[in-house]
Amino acid sequence: MSKSIKQRAFVWLDERFDLQPLLKMMDHKRVPIHSHTIWYYMGGVTLFLFLVQVFTGILLLMYYRPGEDSAYESMKFLLTEVKFGWLFRNVHAWSANLMVLFAFIHMFSVIFTKAFVKPRELTWISGFILLLLAMFFGFSGYLLPWNELSFFATKVGTDIMSAIPFIGDAIKTLLRGGEEVTGATLSRFFGFHVAILPLITTLVLGFHLLLIQRQGISETSEFKLLPPEKKRYMSFFPDFILRDGLLWLIINIIVLYLAVFFPWELGLKADSLAPAPMGIKPEWYFMFMFETLKMIPPHVWFIEGETFGILLFGVAALLWLAVPFARIGRKPLVESKWITILGLVTLSYMVVFTIIGYL
Amino acid sequence: MKYGRREFINSLLGFGGIGGLASIFYPVFQFLIPPEITEAKVSSLKVGRVDEFPANSSKIVRFGRIPVILIRSDRDTFKALAATCTHLDCIVQYNQDRKQIICACHNGVYDLSGNNVSGPPPKPLTVYTVSIIDEQVVISEEKNIV
Ligand code: HEM
Ligand code: FES
Repeated sequence: MSKSIKQRAFVWLDERFDLQPLLKMMDHKRVPIHSHTIWYYMGGVTLFLFLVQVFTGILLLMYYRPGEDSAYESMKFLLTEVKFGWLFRNVHAWSANLMVLFAFIHMFSVIFTKAFVKPRELTWISGFILLLLAMFFGFSGYLLPWNELSFFATKVGTDIMSAIPFIGDAIKTLLRGGEEVTGATLSRFFGFHVAILPLITTLVLGFHLLLIQRQGISETSEFKLLPPEKKRYMSFFPDFILRDGLLWLIINIIVLYLAVFFPWELGLKADSLAPAPMGIKPEWYFMFMFETLKMIPPHVWFIEGETFGILLFGVAALLWLAVPFARIGRKPLVESKWITILGLVTLSYMVVFTIIGYL
Repeated sequence: MKYGRREFINSLLGFGGIGGLASIFYPVFQFLIPPEITEAKVSSLKVGRVDEFPANSSKIVRFGRIPVILIRSDRDTFKALAATCTHLDCIVQYNQDRKQIICACHNGVYDLSGNNVSGPPPKPLTVYTVSIIDEQVVISEEKNIV
């Protein structure tokens, strides 16, 4: 009976929309099996965490009220009065951090498995933009509870912008919605966080996924060299998708565990006339940059230290973006051993400086 | 090159398109620039009676739009300085034991005249004048001449 309903529904749709090409496509999609197959799941985990963010974020919106006199109060209300308010807030906060973490893991796995080479340059670029968007999501969301720590972190974070030559001050004012971090900043960050960034991220993510859909998953160079009879694949539908689903479930359990047993503090309400408390720190994924800026001397040649640092990071980001196009002599960078060294150096630099920042 | 009907329509579309985009983005960009808030310029501020401030204490007050820290380091000395750290904008505090001004964000230290002593701050804090008029503490804009 149920089978025949399913069949009838299929026939009904097929008559109208011709589902054959879709079925064929689903049939053709396959994923190579080799010792690095695990890394194919990292983008999917990031995607899952993004979906969690959208879902919990919409729920938080039902109670959150931006504004100097209402943001903190509405969060307090949400946490103390609203049934499961604490749950959705903590899941949102944890999943946000994990999403950035997995975007980083995903990016480095793409570097080490060399999945970014031709023809996947645009996938790489759109992915890097997604990482920047995820970081901006975190930065803008951090201010929304309007507590002391986030207030000063935002003051410092936006003030660093003014070190950018020529346009720095304009960017700072544009971000802050004025000279200082005030309720106007909160309104802006709210707008970024719940409207502008979700829209842009959805578009870029759609593009990223479309490219992957069109090109199929990459094969590592060792895998490509295997004789055909040695190459093993699993089907995307249903084998890979089911494994994906299982991993998502596990990640979901980890997020819930963290949210229940390690809740985020709301802290004290921001007060623009109170001295900065001890322990103002940027979020962990900005730490390596922040630590670097601290180590640069006040003046490098004739440039101010902070300006020098910011320019350095700007150039580094552009170079990173250009990795798929880079060449060493006549060979593409990816064919030399330097790509792995570059990946390792970058990764260790980021890890070491993050750790130093917390010591 | 011949410039016929097709080319004419194409350039019309091109210019129209660019003009259309400009007419959207120019207002959007202008919209995003926050308007200057004109506030009555404060040149002096009464902050309270002398005996409201115990010796070796401090208070942060709003001087127009600028947070200012008023410090009574001992019975006879009042100082007022901009409370915004010259490094990255945090609000400084008075440290009673060391009789210094410190910034908790990145351990910036200033002396009581506002000079940056150690840590990352690149510049001294702006000094304001404190006068006592009829037992009232008054902060004003002019630089301290002492
Ligand atoms: C919001 C963040 C992101 C999401 C949701 C996301 C999602 C995905 C998904 C679902 C896949 C297919 C499965 C996989 O290979 O893991 C993928 C592949 C890919 N991603 Fe991302 N990604 C994100 C960020 C990034 C970043 C930061 C980069 C690098 C700069 C990147 C570069 C790539 C590349 C090159 C592929 C193709 C890999 C292959 O074909 O083997 N992505 N992404
Ligand atoms: S903001 Fe004061 S020391 Fe950095």
